[in-house]
Amino acid sequence: MTPSYYLLLSALLFAIGAVGVLVRRNAIVVFMCVELMLNAVNLTLVTFSRINGDLDGQIMAFFVMVVAAAEVVVGLAIIMSIFKTRRSASVDDANLLKY
Amino acid sequence: MMWLPALLVLPLVGAVVVAFLRRNDRLAKIVALIFSLGVLVLAAGTWASYATDSTDRLQLTVSTEWIPAFGVRFSLGVDGIALVMIALIAVLVPIVLGASWEDKLPDGRTAAGFFSLVLVLESLMIGVFAATDVFLFYVFFEAMLVPMYFLIGRFGGPRRQYAAVKFFLYSLLGGLVMLASVIGLYVVSADRLPEGGTFDWVTLQRIAAEAPLSTQIWLFLGFFIAFAIKAPLVPLHTWLPDAGAEAPVGAGVLLVGVLDKVGTFGFLRYCLPLFPAASRELAPYVLVLAVAGVLYGALVAIGQTDMKRFVTYTSVAHFGFIALGIFAFSSQAHAGAVLYMVNHGISTGMLFLVVGMIIARGGSRLVHDYGGIYTLAPVLAGLFLVAGLSSLALPGMNSFVSEFLVLVGSFPRQPVFTILATVGIIFAALYVLWIYQRVSHGPVRGAALVTGGGDLGAAARPRFPDLSRREIAVLAPLVVLIIGLGIYPKPVLDVITPSVNATMTEVGLSDPVTVQPGGN
Amino acid sequence: MLTLAQEAAQEAGPVVGAASGLASMAWLLVALPAFGALVLLVGGRRTNAWGHWLGCATVLAAFGYGLALFFDTAGLPAEERTRELDLFSWIGVGSLQIDFGMRLDTLSMVFVLLITGVGGLIHVYASGYLADDPNRRRFFGYFNLFVAAMLILVLGDNFVTLYLGWEGVGLASYLLIGWYQDRPYAATAAKKAFIMNRVGDVGLALAIFLLWRELGTLDYTEVFARVGELSGPTITAIAVLLLLGACGKSGQFPLQSWLPDAMAGPTPVSALIHAATMVTAGVYLIARCSPLYNLTADGRLVVMAVGAVTLLIGCVIGCAYDDFKKVLAYSTVSQIGYMFLAVGLGPFGYALGIFHLLTHGFFKAGLFLGAGSVMHGMNDEGDIRRMGGLRKHMPITFVTFTIGYLALIGFPFLSGYYSKDAIIEAAFGEPGWRGWVFGGAALLGAGLTAFYMTRLFLLVFFGEERWKTLESEDGRAYRPHESPLVMTVPMIVIAIGSAAAGFFLYSGERLVGWLEPNVGALQEHDHGVLPHTAVLALTMGLIALGVLVAWLLFGRGEQPVARPARVSLPVRAARADLYANAVNEWIIERPGIWLTRLAVFLDNKGVDGVVNGTAALLGGTSGRLRRLQTGFVRSYALGMLGGGVLVIAALLVVRYS
Repeated sequence: MTPSYYLLLSALLFAIGAVGVLVRRNAIVVFMCVELMLNAVNLTLVTFSRINGDLDGQIMAFFVMVVAAAEVVVGLAIIMSIFKTRRSASVDDANLLKY
Repeated sequence: MMWLPALLVLPLVGAVVVAFLRRNDRLAKIVALIFSLGVLVLAAGTWASYATDSTDRLQLTVSTEWIPAFGVRFSLGVDGIALVMIALIAVLVPIVLGASWEDKLPDGRTAAGFFSLVLVLESLMIGVFAATDVFLFYVFFEAMLVPMYFLIGRFGGPRRQYAAVKFFLYSLLGGLVMLASVIGLYVVSADRLPEGGTFDWVTLQRIAAEAPLSTQIWLFLGFFIAFAIKAPLVPLHTWLPDAGAEAPVGAGVLLVGVLDKVGTFGFLRYCLPLFPAASRELAPYVLVLAVAGVLYGALVAIGQTDMKRFVTYTSVAHFGFIALGIFAFSSQAHAGAVLYMVNHGISTGMLFLVVGMIIARGGSRLVHDYGGIYTLAPVLAGLFLVAGLSSLALPGMNSFVSEFLVLVGSFPRQPVFTILATVGIIFAALYVLWIYQRVSHGPVRGAALVTGGGDLGAAARPRFPDLSRREIAVLAPLVVLIIGLGIYPKPVLDVITPSVNATMTEVGLSDPVTVQPGGN
Repeated sequence: MLTLAQEAAQEAGPVVGAASGLASMAWLLVALPAFGALVLLVGGRRTNAWGHWLGCATVLAAFGYGLALFFDTAGLPAEERTRELDLFSWIGVGSLQIDFGMRLDTLSMVFVLLITGVGGLIHVYASGYLADDPNRRRFFGYFNLFVAAMLILVLGDNFVTLYLGWEGVGLASYLLIGWYQDRPYAATAAKKAFIMNRVGDVGLALAIFLLWRELGTLDYTEVFARVGELSGPTITAIAVLLLLGACGKSGQFPLQSWLPDAMAGPTPVSALIHAATMVTAGVYLIARCSPLYNLTADGRLVVMAVGAVTLLIGCVIGCAYDDFKKVLAYSTVSQIGYMFLAVGLGPFGYALGIFHLLTHGFFKAGLFLGAGSVMHGMNDEGDIRRMGGLRKHMPITFVTFTIGYLALIGFPFLSGYYSKDAIIEAAFGEPGWRGWVFGGAALLGAGLTAFYMTRLFLLVFFGEERWKTLESEDGRAYRPHESPLVMTVPMIVIAIGSAAAGFFLYSGERLVGWLEPNVGALQEHDHGVLPHTAVLALTMGLIALGVLVAWLLFGRGEQPVARPARVSLPVRAARADLYANAVNEWIIERPGIWLTRLAVFLDNKGVDGVVNGTAALLGGTSGRLRRLQTGFVRSYALGMLGGGVLVIAALLVVRYS
């Protein structure tokens, strides 16, 4: 079994995630797509770890997981507060980043 | 020998003390005046301890470590050129404070704030002339903008915000270009010195003068642009009329009288000695700008309708003369340029103050709102004429000596430019006498002096009193200096000449006319 | 051999000794009036009561000292009469060393006596003339300032001190022409005078620069000793530039038009500054620089041409004017033209120019004082057509004016006869066409002078009393009366001078001999284009003709009070100052105004516009760019993705190309 299939799968997952971030309206779904992209990258990292025969990639993957967990905490909190004020979780309704 | 640090610190201390007195304006003013007079005494002491017969390039030097990682030192020192400028500052600041005593300030501003800012400015201006470390000079050069920005932006006329921002942006742009050159100098010195780069002026002078021409030209341009904005040379001058017109009178005097001289001082202290080959190479182009400034500034001054803008445009013409003297490379022209810097501070300072007094009475800056003030206030009009005559360089007054030295010294090397600049003295007579005639001669007329039409007659005329004792006391020292330096400029020239000769050596040129009188 | 040695000695210039004894106090000459000016101008109203007496006293004291100094100098042998007094170092940088020094020699002594003597008399006269002016004290301050500056001008021992005095008298002239603050035309005339003088001053300044570049010194003694080292064209250039300065100060063509306007000042000012002393400074300058002008025939030719043109312009315009003082002013222009013509003759004329300058100083001052006296008694009326028959009402003025008038037209044995005829003769002495042209111009001028002066004289003092039926502008009737003693006494003294000065200075070649050490011996032409007697006869004949024509036209019958409107073309041109002002206006003033406006426009819209335009451009660009920030997370994410893809693509391209 060649490692390239794992890489192919992770590329596929990353692409699905990226498209999801761009096209989905619901903030929760967008958020899940971001998680999908992160996990696609994790898969890549673990695969390279295996190919190279060292632990660097796996350590990196753990870092990504920690960061993702932290991100979920902050991100969900933001989505919650926006939902509370606007009664909507659609990303198209929020353009507070303007200017 | 702590003269220079003391000169730097005393006004700062004064500024802090005055800033704490904002409850009591009157006390704040008196304290500020006492501090500025203290600085004047210190400056006199500095002048006395400066040895004119010494061969040291810089005297009264003080130097301590500042930022060792980059070889930056906190070094102070003066040559004759810096000394006379420091003396000018010390003389002008008490006069400016006295003149601003009863200024009407915009709402919410206190006199304590104004006086305190002026003292901060005084300290920084002294620093910029006394710094002998190029980086330190840069720091003072930029820091100086801050108090002036607030003086214009907080205490100025109706368009003060616009003027202050314009002033700040122009100066900042120049400063940044200069910073690039300052760093370039450091790099050049780091290449050539075994112990690493330095910002020390004396060392840099030795090193940079040996750099190849192309390097010199780039570094020269960085400094030159900054100084040409500051001094203002045409076409980089348009910030000055706005800033000068909107600044409160006192700040305007310091702006035109001293702050702008940093530019011409920079030509003499930094451009010429550090980059002699580039200076010689580029001198013709600079001279074009200088002579254009003389003629163009005068022409625009003739056409001005706003008295304060008028004064700033005459300054543009005068700065042309100074730049001509500096880039004509002879000891007479250089000495004339330095003396011109002092004299311009005195005569234009006085012109600005007198114009400010007229505006304070009439409430309008426009020339055609006045007429025949001679009849109402003869002393004011007479001193207006004295200031104007000094501005047109009438012989017997201070500016004649400097203008004559600049022109006679420039003629041997640059006859064409000198002839053109000499034509400028006709324009000078024209702009001074024309504005004086319109404001001062003839029957009393103009919106600022006559209101309500003929029916009400003299009763409706706004009060236009002659000078008060305070105002006479403020102007009298300037008149004494104008006449005194016109008839006996020797004490100042003796201080300037050795430093000017040193500059000539650093540029690597000798005087074009060397015949000693009596040596035939 | 002897003559050769003499010539050599003369070329090296006189021996310059140091001033000692009485002469070491010579700074008093300047200091006295300067002190007066200082006290009067700084002292303010406190000095109102006695200010005018202080003004007179300082000048008369200076005259007393000047007289003593004169006799002291006269007591020395001729070759020791040139002395210098160094006071202090004025401007000194490197090789340029200018001392504040005084040159006391025969030339400057003559001027000292003229300035302080005539000046003192006019001071006394002015204290009467301005008795009603509340600002009389300030007037005397300015007047003293003028005397001090004029003395610096003639006493300075180098070109820069000369320049100091030169512009100093210009300032005093400016202040005094504009004396009547409430009259707008006075202010304009004052400004015009100063600016036209400045045009001349540029010439003087450039001459100074050129001298310094070539010789490295500006002291008279050294410049004149070494002037031979210069190349011919350089000398001519310096001579012409100096002449430009002289033309400005002396109201010579092409800078003559300020002088008649300067009559807006009070009459004593016209008498002292614009007739007797300041306007002759140009003649002084050329005589002072005689060693330089001796070396340039071309330069002298230009001087002569300027003099000849100006003397004719002055005469022609003088014939057409009806304003008392303006006629006299154009007469001054024309008489100074004679002086320029004389000094342009070089060694043949320097002394004659100074001679005419002195006699003119007397009789023209006398004429102006007479004019002032007439106007003083006639409600300040200046139009001679509104006068007439005044001889009965102002006998002293009439007599003194008559003497001045006769002296001016060259009536035998009065001052002008000696000095002017000498110039005409010397001009005819020039060889070839120059003799005919310049001699002819001078001769014609003498006839015209006789005509316009007789016209003036007749219209004022003879004929019908036209003022009887008229009122002055302020609605008062004219009541002509003689002036007070304080005015008439100076007039009488000056009239005596006008009558006698010519003969006194002429007899025994007193003046010519006195001036010899400093302007060189007066040479005489061996054979001119006309013999002396013929010139003399022609001159006398033309003068008589001028008087006769004037009498025929203006001495008999009624003269209209209104100025005749329908006049011939030459008269119309003369009334318009031969279009000098129009030329100035069209060539200089209007283009100047347009240029100024253009410069202001350019500055606001052009230079400042570029700067503000740059600012606006930056602001506009960023305004557009900020539209890209929609605020939608999605678009940012797309941007990031696009960026990432681009970077990876770029890396791949670099890697695999």
